[in-house]
Amino acid sequence: MNLLAIECSTEVLSVAVWASGELCERVQDVGVRHGDRLLPLIDAVLADARVDKLELSAVAFGCGPGAFTGVRMAVAAAQGIAYGLDIPALPVSSLAALAQEGYARGAVAPILALADARMGEVYAGGFEVDAEGLVYAVADEQLVAPAELALPGDNIWCAVGPGFRAYAPLLRERFGYRLDAIERSVFPQAAAVARLGARALRAGLGVPARQALPVYLRDKVALTEAERRVKQ
Amino acid sequence: MRVLGIETSCDETGVAVYDTELGLRAHALHTQAALHQDYGGVVPELASRDHILRLLPLVDEVLAQARLTRRDLDGVAYTEGPGLIGALLTGATLAKTLAWALAIPALGVHHLEGHLLAPLLEEPAPAFPFLALIVSGGHSLLMDVAGVGRYALLGDTLDDAAGEAFDKTAKLLGLGYPGGPALARLAESGDSASFRFARPLTDRPTLDFSFSGLKTQVLLAVQRNGPERHADIAAGFQAAVVDTLVWKCLRALDESGRERLVVAGGVGANLQLRERLREGTARRGASVHFPRPAFCTDNGAMIALAGALRLAAGEREDASIHAAPRRELASLTPP
Repeated sequence: MNLLAIECSTEVLSVAVWASGELCERVQDVGVRHGDRLLPLIDAVLADARVDKLELSAVAFGCGPGAFTGVRMAVAAAQGIAYGLDIPALPVSSLAALAQEGYARGAVAPILALADARMGEVYAGGFEVDAEGLVYAVADEQLVAPAELALPGDNIWCAVGPGFRAYAPLLRERFGYRLDAIERSVFPQAAAVARLGARALRAGLGVPARQALPVYLRDKVALTEAERRVKQ
Repeated sequence: MRVLGIETSCDETGVAVYDTELGLRAHALHTQAALHQDYGGVVPELASRDHILRLLPLVDEVLAQARLTRRDLDGVAYTEGPGLIGALLTGATLAKTLAWALAIPALGVHHLEGHLLAPLLEEPAPAFPFLALIVSGGHSLLMDVAGVGRYALLGDTLDDAAGEAFDKTAKLLGLGYPGGPALARLAESGDSASFRFARPLTDRPTLDFSFSGLKTQVLLAVQRNGPERHADIAAGFQAAVVDTLVWKCLRALDESGRERLVVAGGVGANLQLRERLREGTARRGASVHFPRPAFCTDNGAMIALAGALRLAAGEREDASIHAAPRRELASLTPP
């Protein structure tokens, strides 16, 4: 079973191949346009893994939430590749991928994955870790202002991600001892998407290409004319 | 060569298959007009969100129509620009990755080159060289077309595009968004002689257009008259735009000595414009060519066609997924 994975919901673009348990990953430096590097990186990581694209069994992708344009690039790429190769696509939460990267860097479950949603908000997701060392969601993902974020239960959560770094002082003050954190910069990456995608594929969660769709969480992106009149 | 065409530059998702031997095999379109209606204009983020939902179902639809499978495709053409960057990137990403997976070439096409070549989808197709009038919500261009990629700009709008003037005037008349076609329908019941609006720049040798002043005159007429005069105002407005476009086209034919005129873009579907250009070109012994109304507005067929002509001539591009939201048509080169 060979899996291609794509994640570009943040400024970090990465691709990975999971080939029968062996992982290869390529990460693009920040500052390069994702589109310029996506296909060359995919070719490179397939070569690293010695896998031909025709040998792929599925394509996993970070489906968001995250930067809209980046999320859509991963989704459109997964659609194009899954459709062209006639293989299933595997949507993987970009917050789950972030939590998984955090776990690999020492975060202790439960993990609070926080992505920067801009406009004073974060995308938040709560995760536990299973016996195989893979994260799974224990709370609905949400778009929330840091001042309104709630920590479920009464245990200690470990926060990771750009959403934590953007609001660290506020969050520490609000939650005190109940919030531990990975201070280093952690992003959702394709290696995590690949691991989580492999689990999803085993569980039969692959979808046809046309059902490979983004998760935005932020649904209100413009005001209607009627709403603008009310505001004036 | 069978080429899949993908158009996502604005608020229509268009997909088609063009065969360089057999011509257009299939086309399908999803329009987002209803999605943007409450916003009074296209919301770029909503446009992108809709494109990604519609693309693959439309690809399935055209392949089924054409009785082809994805493996029968020899290339993928997509709109590179101009247009909304997010919307363009959605189509470009799908096109490039699909082509990668199928191990066939993908090629970005200039949206206006698609419009310019759309009359070639019809029979009889006009032969090169010809003049082209592209009139839509975003453009009012007169081009000299010597061949694929051999374009010279003769005239452009200095302010609003002709279609934009139609839509803005429709809004003044309470016809909603996008109201250009509704305005043309209203004009049918009006008297175009009762309101005489200016024909901008027709008294000068330039082939450029200007439509924003016309909008102001319409605004004044709307303010000074009751709704019972709206049909007359619409007719007067349409006559002014059509007169202006016709005069410029005929002048360009006279000056260039070209014998064929092609008209493309959404305003090219306007019946009065078609009628007047037919008369005017016939008097000069020239011919005028229009795509069918469905190919006047944005569509995948014109992108499949333009991409197929370039791909078949051997044009290729690198693997980068990119968009060119503001590229000039005249900057294109032959394949």
